[in-house]
Amino acid sequence: MRANCWMGKQNVEVVDVPDPKILNSRDAIVKISSTAICGSDLHLYNGLVPTMKKGDVLGHEFMGEVVEVGERVGNLRVGDRVVVPFPIACGACQACERGQYSVCENSNPNAPLAEKLLGRSPSGIFGYSHMLGGYPGGQAEYARVPFADVGPIKIENGLPDESVLFLSDIFPTGYMGADMCDISPGDVVAVWGAGPVGQFAIASALLLGAEQVIAIDRFDYRLRIATERAGATHVINYEQTSTLEALEELTAGRGPDACIDAVGMEAHHHISALHAYDRIKQVTKAETDRPHALREAILACRNGGVVSVVGVYAGLVDKFPMGAVMNRSLRLRAGQCHVHRYLRPLLERIQGGEIDPSFVITHRIPLNDAPLGFDTFLNKEDGCLKVIMNP
Amino acid sequence: MSPNESRAAITVNRPVAEVFAFWHDVQNLPRFLEQLQSVRDLGAGRSRWRQTGESGAAIEFDVELTAQEINERVAWRSREGSEIESSGEVTFTAAPGGRGTEVRAAVQQPKGGGLAAAAAAVLDGDGSHQVRDDLRRFKQLLETGEVVRSEASPEGTSARNLASQRPAQPLPA
Repeated sequence: MRANCWMGKQNVEVVDVPDPKILNSRDAIVKISSTAICGSDLHLYNGLVPTMKKGDVLGHEFMGEVVEVGERVGNLRVGDRVVVPFPIACGACQACERGQYSVCENSNPNAPLAEKLLGRSPSGIFGYSHMLGGYPGGQAEYARVPFADVGPIKIENGLPDESVLFLSDIFPTGYMGADMCDISPGDVVAVWGAGPVGQFAIASALLLGAEQVIAIDRFDYRLRIATERAGATHVINYEQTSTLEALEELTAGRGPDACIDAVGMEAHHHISALHAYDRIKQVTKAETDRPHALREAILACRNGGVVSVVGVYAGLVDKFPMGAVMNRSLRLRAGQCHVHRYLRPLLERIQGGEIDPSFVITHRIPLNDAPLGFDTFLNKEDGCLKVIMNP
Repeated sequence: MSPNESRAAITVNRPVAEVFAFWHDVQNLPRFLEQLQSVRDLGAGRSRWRQTGESGAAIEFDVELTAQEINERVAWRSREGSEIESSGEVTFTAAPGGRGTEVRAAVQQPKGGGLAAAAAAVLDGDGSHQVRDDLRRFKQLLETGEVVRSEASPEGTSARNLASQRPAQPLPA
């Protein structure tokens, strides 16, 4: 089959690889109908996530048709149409029982690698480094889906791929970013990053009762989508305005009740010297992550508010304003999304017409053009916000 | 802890009696002890273990139970004169709050121990990764029914394979 593989820094190639086969009795094989490039794939593309190997099949946002099931998969049949959550979860460990699927205790066979960097291991993730399992991803014609009796959600009502594909990651991830804010009616929520996850964090904060949502980015076309499609009430272009000053003004000195970091480890800073400081540390491996957005979110947040982190961080950050967190009673929430928990309620919101996640799509390309898709998405060319691919 | 002892611990989300019974059945041991190829129950607390030796050839040796307290503890040792000198102990304790079973293992392997132990020692300093990997597979078997495999780690969790993983691509037909 054809698959998009990581070949090195800023180098992906669509090549022929063997077809997947069942390795565990709770596996299913899915013939992929739609797949997407995630912002977090760009961290892999830029070589910033350790333990990638040349030839790794990428992709963790995918859906398709079940073509084979292992003997212990009782809930799916050949022909079923499914969306697959990006974290792999067994459903039986204590983390899964608590609903914390992205920290499943059993789904990462390479847990010892993750433990070296993270202390303990989170769940395995499709197409996202050897440290997170060494599972081939879904930017391919087919994928093996472990624990298929736990993860995939059946789509039975004829909704188009484009409306449900993002249940795999970015819609629930943005939604969890807002969910972790414990929003009360009247709250003001600020969202750093108007990429796809940021757009869904904005839309979700409104669904959950926020009165004002402020979008922060440096690309006007993304801020425009945030306003027109996701429903942001205010925008800040941080290359034109100081974010902290603008938030001070917008909230009359209180700060937002909740701040969502939907940027993660490759943030940019409008002051080039500060950007250079973290960029140099990242390149020299003195820190793995550039946490500008996170620092700002912490400094901006109102006293006693919530800072919610759904942007991806890989390892270590520098100059972390812990004094602000402690002295101002901030609550720091974070996590890879526990997608399984949100699949059913968010599918219901889509079916009910409350949201159509396809609004983020700007580019539709064949899988064979994946290298071009990565390049366009990385460089924000051609108004790119979200690339979906069809094998 | 003696210089050649490796220890590890894990919590299994199943009741103590079930966890103990699974380990106590020697036929199950090769399903999670990576180096073990097979075990034959000889009765009366004795069994014959077959595992891969340092040269790659299989080595057989007899093992006897040295202690067994139902739902609490199992200990074993290779019989005197065996090619591999090995002993170990596993304890089972109910976790606080009734949240499963705490399993603690200690294994002594003075010499031999095979390439796997040597490789693990290089990675880890004392080889405790090997014991930890074995416990992780044990937990997977009890909680999910089988050893979890990825295309990069088709044999399941294995410290010795981490350094030389294949790419995350489907296995050749």
